[in-house]
Amino acid sequence: MTAGRIFTFWFLIFTFAAVYYFMERAKKGNLPGVRPIAGLAALDEAVGRATELGRPVFFVPGRAEINSADAAQTLAALEILSHVAEKTAAYDTGLITAVAAPNTYPVAQEVVRESYLKVGKPDAYDPDMVQFYSSEQFAFGSACLGVMMREKVAAAVMVGFFQAESLLLAEGANQAGAISISGCTRLYQIPFFVVACDYTLIGEELFAGGAYLTKNPIKLGSMQGQDLAKLVSVLFVALGAILETFGNHSLTQLFKK
Amino acid sequence: MKRELPLGITAVVGFLFLVQYFFKIAILKSMTDELTDWGTIVSAFAALLAAAGLYKIHLEKIARRKGPWEMSIVLVLVMTAFIIFGVFLGQKSAPYLFLSNQVLVPLSAAIFSLLIFYIGSAAFRAFRLRNLEAGLLLGSGFLVMLGRAPIGEVVWKKFPVIADWLMKWPNLAGNRGVLIGASIGSIAIGLRILVGIDRGHLGQD
Repeated sequence: MTAGRIFTFWFLIFTFAAVYYFMERAKKGNLPGVRPIAGLAALDEAVGRATELGRPVFFVPGRAEINSADAAQTLAALEILSHVAEKTAAYDTGLITAVAAPNTYPVAQEVVRESYLKVGKPDAYDPDMVQFYSSEQFAFGSACLGVMMREKVAAAVMVGFFQAESLLLAEGANQAGAISISGCTRLYQIPFFVVACDYTLIGEELFAGGAYLTKNPIKLGSMQGQDLAKLVSVLFVALGAILETFGNHSLTQLFKK
Repeated sequence: MKRELPLGITAVVGFLFLVQYFFKIAILKSMTDELTDWGTIVSAFAALLAAAGLYKIHLEKIARRKGPWEMSIVLVLVMTAFIIFGVFLGQKSAPYLFLSNQVLVPLSAAIFSLLIFYIGSAAFRAFRLRNLEAGLLLGSGFLVMLGRAPIGEVVWKKFPVIADWLMKWPNLAGNRGVLIGASIGSIAIGLRILVGIDRGHLGQD
């Protein structure tokens, strides 16, 4: 085994086992309770507002490529896109999905198309609902700003991987008078979103989107597994802090293996 | 089959990369290197598809005189010039470098500089004392700004110390909490996708 990755390997196995165990439990009906997540609960409100105003919903699934290290955020964002597209299909509301990563573009198109099919409105689906703007960070940011202003979007959902363009998008949504919902796991961007958006999904809340919105028992179960892994991580942190305080480096050495 | 095949490929390729990351197996290394090349090729095709989509939307706008269609002409011309210069003259050619360094870079810098105004307007909204949380944000933000700005130290030399404490302890603890939660969330979503349970990215529940 590669040196320096032994502990990571076993922790990954433990997390997989915990997630798998709770998914199996959930299949048998042992569903965990999920705390209300304001940002996810507000999605329906946002689509409802757009419907009332007769203006479109603007969705950005982040800027990460689907095969990059940050793909998990894009995939979580696409799950949320699926829910939003179902709602816009059901209420005949406009949807504009802005994509920055070329290889996310066909996947996002498929997600929106499937959502319109699921609701029974395949004819309402327009391929231009998903638009590729640019993979250049600020070209993408300015394109989003322009669309938000010109189309006077009523709701802006910006979830996934973002960098400095996050504030451009969030403030653009505010200037367009849109209800804004954001979500990100990048520590540098979360503060921007928190101060500039109406609702923000912080860190892991982004990954809870699929389970929370679909109420899929298996996904809900996996969240319980995540919580167990998180609890073990917190115990490691606490134990490590105590041991290091007393000059014992055994746990630190274990992590380095 | 249309659904199962992509899920099967995702599972096999995903586990290959996972095993290769943890174990030094020469054959796996060569397989994952090969697959990475395939990924690059697929991404190149995706870029073509995305560019075609962009052309389609803007050519339609020009044809129908829809919205600010004059801007669409600029976009189509610049995009075409970039493609022609990049493909036929190379990315080191003078015309390509001119477009890149004299047009794209300054425009990006101009958009980036807008952030300072947006930071001001966002801070103005966020720092209104509406409730306890907003009060904590206002108080800590005020202290960190004073601690980071040279004038803070002139007013009271303890401001930088307080700012450092806020950044090193409560802020770092919060950041690590977010990071741990997000990392484990990534692992869980990765597992669900690898075993084919999570199909939300394919538009299914």
